[in-house]
Amino acid sequence: MICLLLRQSRISCKLISKQVIKPAAYTSHHALHTTNLLQHGEYEWQEPKSPDEIVNITYVDKDGKRVKVQGKVGDNVLYLAHRHGIEMEGACEASLACTTCHVYVQHDYLEKLNEAEEKEDDLLDMAPFLRENSRLGCQIVLEKSMEGMELELPKATRNFYVDGHKPKPH
Amino acid sequence: MSFSLNFYSIRKLLNIKRSKAFITNSVRLQSVQHAAPIKRICIVGAGPAGFYAAQYLLKQLSDCAVDIVEKLPVPFGLVRFGVAPDHPEVKNVINTFTKTAEHPQLRFFGNLTLGTDVSLEELRERYHAVLLTYGADQDQELKLPNEQKAHVVSARKFVAWYNGLPGAEDLQPDLSGRDVCIVGQGNVAVDVARMLLNPLDSLKSTDTTEYALEALSRSKVERVYLVGRRGPLQAAFTIKELREMLKLPNVQTLWRAGDFKGIDADFAKLQRPRKRLTELMLKSLGEQSTKSATESRKQFLPVFLRAPKSIFDRNMEFSITELQNNVAVATNATEQLPADLVLRSIGYKSSCVDSSICFDVQRGQVFNQRGRVLKDAKSQIVDSGLYVAGWLGSGPTGVILTTMNGAFTVAKTICDDILSHSIDTSAPRPGLDISGKRVVTWAGWQRIDQAETQAGKESNKPREKIVSVPEMLNIAGV
Repeated sequence: MICLLLRQSRISCKLISKQVIKPAAYTSHHALHTTNLLQHGEYEWQEPKSPDEIVNITYVDKDGKRVKVQGKVGDNVLYLAHRHGIEMEGACEASLACTTCHVYVQHDYLEKLNEAEEKEDDLLDMAPFLRENSRLGCQIVLEKSMEGMELELPKATRNFYVDGHKPKPH
Repeated sequence: MSFSLNFYSIRKLLNIKRSKAFITNSVRLQSVQHAAPIKRICIVGAGPAGFYAAQYLLKQLSDCAVDIVEKLPVPFGLVRFGVAPDHPEVKNVINTFTKTAEHPQLRFFGNLTLGTDVSLEELRERYHAVLLTYGADQDQELKLPNEQKAHVVSARKFVAWYNGLPGAEDLQPDLSGRDVCIVGQGNVAVDVARMLLNPLDSLKSTDTTEYALEALSRSKVERVYLVGRRGPLQAAFTIKELREMLKLPNVQTLWRAGDFKGIDADFAKLQRPRKRLTELMLKSLGEQSTKSATESRKQFLPVFLRAPKSIFDRNMEFSITELQNNVAVATNATEQLPADLVLRSIGYKSSCVDSSICFDVQRGQVFNQRGRVLKDAKSQIVDSGLYVAGWLGSGPTGVILTTMNGAFTVAKTICDDILSHSIDTSAPRPGLDISGKRVVTWAGWQRIDQAETQAGKESNKPREKIVSVPEMLNIAGV
């Protein structure tokens, strides 16, 4: 139960779980960027312990196909996508170093998400097809309020830049 | 345990073997009549484009076999040799690539060079499709006199040097002077600036090669110029990289206020990424006047609107430029900047490793139409069964997502061409015959990986990269 409450705040939960397993040196920086109690993606494979935990969301994949998925509070939508075979890459494994899990969040749900930290916004600036509802999937952790949320994967097209400009070497 | 066989049992064994062989052969014959042969695809180059393409092909084509041919004994291309050592998170993608490599239908052939060990013609005979992803291993040049002098070094080589690319270890960049002038303002230029200005302690726990750490520990570099031909609104570096520079301890970033004249007026029209980047530059500019000249000895000095003109022994001359329709046009005015070391970072280009590739020498990339390699540049006719992805096909720009999307798209094209019979896959192809060749397999790489990780433990580094190819081959057991 404590853990459940703490999952409201992703970071503090990771801190706690880290403390449980490895009371040795950790910093908030580590808590954000290293593997915690469970290996990346393992938590998402656990079934919800009660119906209260269930959060249903829909992915719209690169081909426009809608996939309804039952997740639970605390699931990272990147790893939840992996569990359900949805092609959302996570090259840097949720360490905020790439943009391969770029998604569009249905507008009504944008404000229900944690505000993007500066680093996420910096990375999003490098993502092709950036929109005002762009987020990185690996930074979205399900909460009850996200029931019914739709996440759309950008269509993959080569060499398309946000401002329509194709950079060339000088 | 040892056992011996008498004559009778040997004969019995042979009989069994023979009958078994007969059964399997007939079964195989039957299945050949019903099922199409395995689609054999060869990927040349084990960098991100190659691995992402392999990942897609193995997922989408159930009856395919993918071989990745790599020039070096070790995989991962620029993830290993390009990504800065202080960006270890970016290298996490190696885990995904490793999963792909461990797929039963994938073989890794390291230490095999296209154009010398094997020809493209041979590969095309032995595979249904060949995908070239060998990247961009050359750099654009300034084309100025004195460019070949020892104090002018390509940023690509400098990156290869600190990252342990075999052959780059003897670079010996002269870091005994105070001023370094980096020509170019892309993220490679910023990486190089950061490596030069970063406090050494923060690099000690990275996989920076030991010889580079040693050389950097003796570095006398204090001022790093980052010079671009165009203005702040055209800066090629991205915000994440700039922010890292601004946060470096004991390094003062100093902008030239004059470079930002008139920029406020343009602000509203900017797209979000450009806007946020410009805001950050202006914020940093605004703070530098209020900040007391800190005790930091080191300075990062971005300079805009300067085009390289002449290279001298201890400085560089630049033409002062003006922007006309986003293009930098040189004026008659010039400025000299001190440059004990010049690092040229104005872009990469690919090389043509096999004369049969239809190659655009001017742009340094392979002529292609959405990944299908052309027979010749003029007719736009596709050379069936030959593909290109990654920087070799699209030019050396973009982040890993760009390369990933590109590789997926080309891999999808290959799948489509197989399904639509644009490539003839009716007859089986044998794949590469590696007998007699010193090839590093995936198991061989794992031995190298283990040796490097083990060596790294002693110095608290993720790995101590092996730089000598003979040593790699020795550890790999070939």
